[in-house]
Amino acid sequence: MRSRFLFPAALAALALPFLVAACGDDNSSGGGGGNLSGTIRIDGSSTVGPLSEAAAELFREENPDVRITVGISGTGGGFEKFCAGETDIADASRAIEQDEIDACREKDIAYEEVTVANDGLAVVVNPDNDWAECLTTAELKNIWDRGSNVNNWNQVRDDFPDQGMKLFGAGTDSGTFDYFTEAINGEEGRTRKDYSPTEDDNVTVQGVSGDPGNIGYFGLSYAIANEGKVKTVQVDGGDGCVEPTTETVQNGTYQPLGRPLFIYPSAEALQKEVAREFVQFYVDNQEAIAEQAQFVPLTEEQQQEAADKVARLAG
Amino acid sequence: MARRLTASRRRYGEALIRLALMACAAVSVVTTVGIVVALLEPSIEFFRQVPFGEYLTGSDWSPLFEPSSFGVLPLVVGTLTTTFWACTVALPFGLGAAIYMSEYAGPRARRWLKPALEVLAGIPTVVFGYFALTAVTPFLQDIGLPVEIFNALSAGLVMGVMILPTIASLSDDAMTAVPMALREGAYGLGASKLQVSTRVVVPAALSGIVASFVLGISRAVGETMIVAIAAGAQPTVTFNPYEAVQTMTAYIAQVGIGDVPTGSLEYKTIFAVGATLFAATLIMNMVSIRLVRKYREVYE
Repeated sequence: MRSRFLFPAALAALALPFLVAACGDDNSSGGGGGNLSGTIRIDGSSTVGPLSEAAAELFREENPDVRITVGISGTGGGFEKFCAGETDIADASRAIEQDEIDACREKDIAYEEVTVANDGLAVVVNPDNDWAECLTTAELKNIWDRGSNVNNWNQVRDDFPDQGMKLFGAGTDSGTFDYFTEAINGEEGRTRKDYSPTEDDNVTVQGVSGDPGNIGYFGLSYAIANEGKVKTVQVDGGDGCVEPTTETVQNGTYQPLGRPLFIYPSAEALQKEVAREFVQFYVDNQEAIAEQAQFVPLTEEQQQEAADKVARLAG
Repeated sequence: MARRLTASRRRYGEALIRLALMACAAVSVVTTVGIVVALLEPSIEFFRQVPFGEYLTGSDWSPLFEPSSFGVLPLVVGTLTTTFWACTVALPFGLGAAIYMSEYAGPRARRWLKPALEVLAGIPTVVFGYFALTAVTPFLQDIGLPVEIFNALSAGLVMGVMILPTIASLSDDAMTAVPMALREGAYGLGASKLQVSTRVVVPAALSGIVASFVLGISRAVGETMIVAIAAGAQPTVTFNPYEAVQTMTAYIAQVGIGDVPTGSLEYKTIFAVGATLFAATLIMNMVSIRLVRKYREVYE
């Protein structure tokens, strides 16, 4: 894994002199005039990865000479590289944690948290499952909590059928895992162990679609992309059943499985025009980017806040 | 014969060629030594933190979860289960195919069969993996077996098909090498074709057949892609072939492509499991060498 990042790093070092030259007099904003060049290294959450990739793709349409690498080592892995100074931007599906803050401080890496989209986690079941229309967070916790031995739907609710259940979920490295375990089981990393953990959401799709009783969870965007193979479940967080959709995630009613997604650009990277323009572009075009990557765009309020932050950083 | 066949003049080209060829032979030895060294250091560090007994006998493998647990038994059982089902396909069918090719098939059938088998051997294992997941598992479900979507049975059976050509081809070579005189002697005594094949040729070629079995089984033990795709990722101590398991190789692959921090205890688990796997195949190969020596029959 590590060697993949050596090459771009070396490239960046080589490109630096040209970059400084390019920075000289060009001062246009809003995506640049197409004459930017250089390398931007991004790594982090596998959920935010597609978003940054979409942003990179759109950005490169205007600035074809810019090289943007987007790794997906998970939020934790992304921060690890970020705080070691190996990347310019960390993709994160949760806010930075204390030990990561400390790691960054140790290396004198300053950064800012910028919200770039909203995401929802979807609990998915087999399309043939016609009983679990809506599950409460307490029922989900009963299924997923540490030490749980629920392996039949009739253990979840009395009127559910006698149907075996196999569980599929996120691998321990992913931000999705951190988020789901915290939101449902009340503590990050707290989970039963006897399920199939995977960083590859497609395995979960295959697993859940393979048997009528199976259940899993992953990002809403992935659930929507696999409509027909899996079915999303409404979640009752205490205020009634809410269907996971763009609207419910955006307006915050889909709780507790709706969340904002972040990028963390480093202050040092933002000294470079190419990275500054890219972050600016990311926020300005968040709606198109979110749409392309099948995420939920920011509300006006969120976008204003993000734009203010970027303006402050760039200034 | 008494004269030594050395050149009167020193040929430096010969020395160079000799050296180059020796280097070729050394590559495999050096690689093996390198692997052992690379495995050993992190494994030793791992066993400093996790007692060896707990590792070998523990029945809960969940190094990435909190609280973590390091009993390798579920992975070993997963490997044994998938390998067992691979053997149920590969050993009888491989041997049968070899007997057919060497004893029954005419030269024409043989000309077609052998290359066809070798094509089977050339199919990438990732293709076999998806074949198991998307074709064999649904088929097993259709015929009424209560298999989960990821299960040891389907992965094992397909793995058996994967190693079948190895066994068939090597056993065939061993049987073809049995001297014609043995067969003719048996026929002369009034033996039928089946009797000649099973009572004369197979025992005579047994050392080669055993070697092919061991090679095939070693491949099954070390196979990664098929089990990673089709057998699941759930380390459980179960010999039930309908359930999802995780093999040692699949675990290494899973953690290898994830992002556990380098140098952490979780990271060292893959070296410990790798060393276990290495030790297992080494022991198997040693046993096979002994078996091969024991059953070797030398003619002329």
